[in-house]
Amino acid sequence: MTDPDSDLLLQATGLTKTFGNFTAVDGIDFAVQRGESFGFLGPNGAGKSSTMKMVGCVSPVTGGVLRLFGQDPATHGPQIRARLGVVPQKDTLDEELTVQENLWIYGRYFGLSRSEVRSRATELLDFAQLEDRARSKVEPLSGGMKRRLTIARSLISRPEILLLDEPTAGLDPQARHALWDRLFRLKRNGVTLVLTTHYMDEAEQLCDRLVVMDHGKIVAQGSPRSLITEFSTREVLELRFDTDDHAHHGDAIAGIGERIEVLPDRLLVYAEDGDAAAAAVHLRGIQPMSSLVRRSTLEDVFLHLTGRTLVD
Amino acid sequence: MSASVSTPNPQPTPTSTPQPTPGPALWRPVFGCWVTVYKRTWLGSVFGRFLSPLLFVLSMGLGLGSLVDKSAGGVGGVPYLHFVVPGILAAQAMWVAMGESTYQVLGAIRWNMKYQAMLATPIGIDDILLGHLTYVAMQVTGATAIFVGVAALFGSFGSWWVLLALPITVLTGMAFAVPIFAFTATQEGDGGFNILFRFIITPLFLFSGTFFPIDQLPAFLRPIAWVTPLWHGVDANRSLALGSPDLVGVLGHTAYLLFVIAIGGLLARHTFTKRLVV
Ligand SMILES: Nc1ncnc2c1ncn2[C@@H]1O[C@H](COP(=O)(O)OP(=O)(O)OP(=O)(O)O)[C@@H](O)[C@H]1O
Ligand SMILES: [Mg+2]
Repeated sequence: MTDPDSDLLLQATGLTKTFGNFTAVDGIDFAVQRGESFGFLGPNGAGKSSTMKMVGCVSPVTGGVLRLFGQDPATHGPQIRARLGVVPQKDTLDEELTVQENLWIYGRYFGLSRSEVRSRATELLDFAQLEDRARSKVEPLSGGMKRRLTIARSLISRPEILLLDEPTAGLDPQARHALWDRLFRLKRNGVTLVLTTHYMDEAEQLCDRLVVMDHGKIVAQGSPRSLITEFSTREVLELRFDTDDHAHHGDAIAGIGERIEVLPDRLLVYAEDGDAAAAAVHLRGIQPMSSLVRRSTLEDVFLHLTGRTLVD
Repeated sequence: MSASVSTPNPQPTPTSTPQPTPGPALWRPVFGCWVTVYKRTWLGSVFGRFLSPLLFVLSMGLGLGSLVDKSAGGVGGVPYLHFVVPGILAAQAMWVAMGESTYQVLGAIRWNMKYQAMLATPIGIDDILLGHLTYVAMQVTGATAIFVGVAALFGSFGSWWVLLALPITVLTGMAFAVPIFAFTATQEGDGGFNILFRFIITPLFLFSGTFFPIDQLPAFLRPIAWVTPLWHGVDANRSLALGSPDLVGVLGHTAYLLFVIAIGGLLARHTFTKRLVV
C-alpha cells in the first residue's frame, strides 16, 4: 500500500488497454513524482490518449496496475478526479456559453461554491489572458484562445496533477509559444504536468522526463537530452538531391558519419561533426541540391528507434 | 506586460488545503449547466409552450368538440372538450419529453461532448443522469403548468381535481424521457429519432385513448395501450379532471408510471455507461 501523501503521485505497472481484439496500450510502466513534468511522445495512434484517459480515471484499465495518489481508479475514481485537471485532446468547451460561464459551470462540478468559483474564475481569466473576452461566447474564439480557456478551466479546482493531451496540436507557432509560456508558469509554481505530444520541440521545451511510445509500447525513456545522447549523435547532416528516389544516394555516401537514414525526401547523416561529414561528402564529388547541418532532436531519436518519422 | 500577469496558486499540498470532496449532491451542478444553457433560449421555448395548448384546445376541444357533441352528445355524456383536453395534456408531456431527450442528449454525447467534460471531474454517470433528467422534469413541469393554465381559461376542466393531474402528467412525461435517454445513448446519428417519432410516439398519440376511448380499438390492440405509459397518464388525468376520480385506478396508473421510470433508469445507466465509459 502506497502512502497517499507521498511524492510518488502516479504509478503504472504493466498498464494495458484493449478495445476488442486491438491492444492500444501494451503493458507500459512509468511513474511520476510531485513537481515533475512528464511527457509521452509518440506518433498518431501510439496509444497516448488511451493512456491519458486511463490516468484521468475516465477510461477503465484493462490490465496492469494504476495508482494515483496511492489510490486505485477503479474504486476511487471521483476522489482521484477531484485532484486532477484535465485538458483533453479535443476541447470540450460549451461553445454556446460565454467564457466565464464555462469556468463557473466547470468549477461547480467539483463541488465548489458559487462565490468561490467566481473569484477563482477572475484569477484564471487573467492567467489565460482572456479577461476582455470574459463575456463573449466561446464559439468565435480562436483555436489558441479556446485552448487557453480549456487550460484555465482545468485549473479551477487547483489540481495537483495537470493532464494535457496534445496541448498545442493544430495551433500556429505564435499561439503555441503563448501556451508554452502559460505552462512554464505552472511548472515553475510546482504543478505536476503530465502531457502528450507528437511535437519533439514541445517535448524538449516542457518535459523533464519523457517516454517515447510506439504501437502501445514504451520504446525509450529519459530526459530529452539523455535520449538524444543515448540514441543519436550530436549533429545531423541533411542532404537533399534533385531526384525522386533518395535510396540509391545512400550507397554513395555510405561510411560517412556514424549512421545514415534514408527518407523519401532526404538523407540524414548522423555525425558528431556535421561540417566534417559535409566536407567528406564533397570530397567524394557528390553534389547534393542542398545540405544542412543541425543539432540532433527527439525526432532523430524516434526515427532511430522506430524507423519512422513522428509527424508525417 | 506579461510580468504583470498573475499565475494561479500552485497545487495545494494535501495537508494544507482541503480538497473539495465529491458528495452525493453533484447532480446539482449538472442541472445547473442545463439551466444555464436554457437561459439563452428560454423566450422562444416559452412562446411555444403557450401556443401549443391554444391550438389544441381551439382545434380539437372546441372545433372538433362542437361536432362530436352535436352528433353524439359528447363521449359517454361528457362534453368532448372535457373528454379530450386531459388526454392531450398527458400527450403533450410525452412530446415535450421526447423533444428534451433526443438531440440534446445525443449532442452532449457526440457533438459538444458535455458529458465527457463532466466525467473528467468528480461527476459520475448517475449525477449526469439525475441532473439532466431533473432538468427535463423541470421543462415538462413548466410546459404542463402552462398547458393547464391556458386550457382552464377555456373551461376545459370539470373540476379542481385537475391540479392532481399535474404531477401525474409530469410522471407521464418522465416515463418517456427516461427510456428515451437510454435509447439515445445507443444511437450514432439522428436516424433512430425518426423511427421513434413515426412508429412509436405518433401512433401512441393517436391510439392511447387521447382522442377516443380505447374500447373503440380492436380488442387485440388494447393490450398495447395498457403497456405503454401514455394511456395510463391519459386515463388518470381524465378521471381526475372530470371531477369524480377513481382514486384506486389513479394510484395504479401512478405506480405503473413509476415502474416504467425505474426500469428506464436502470437501462439508461447501462447504456450511458457503455457509451461514455470506454
Ligand atoms: N474507443 C476506441 N475504440 C476502438 N479503438 C480505439 C478507441 N480509442 C482509441 N482506439 C485506437 O487505439 C489506438 C491508439 O489511439 P490513441 O488515441 O490512444 O492514440 P494517440 O497516441 O493518442 O494518437 P493521436 O496522436 O492520433 O492522438 C488507435 O489505433 C485508435 O484507433
Ligand atoms: Mg491522442
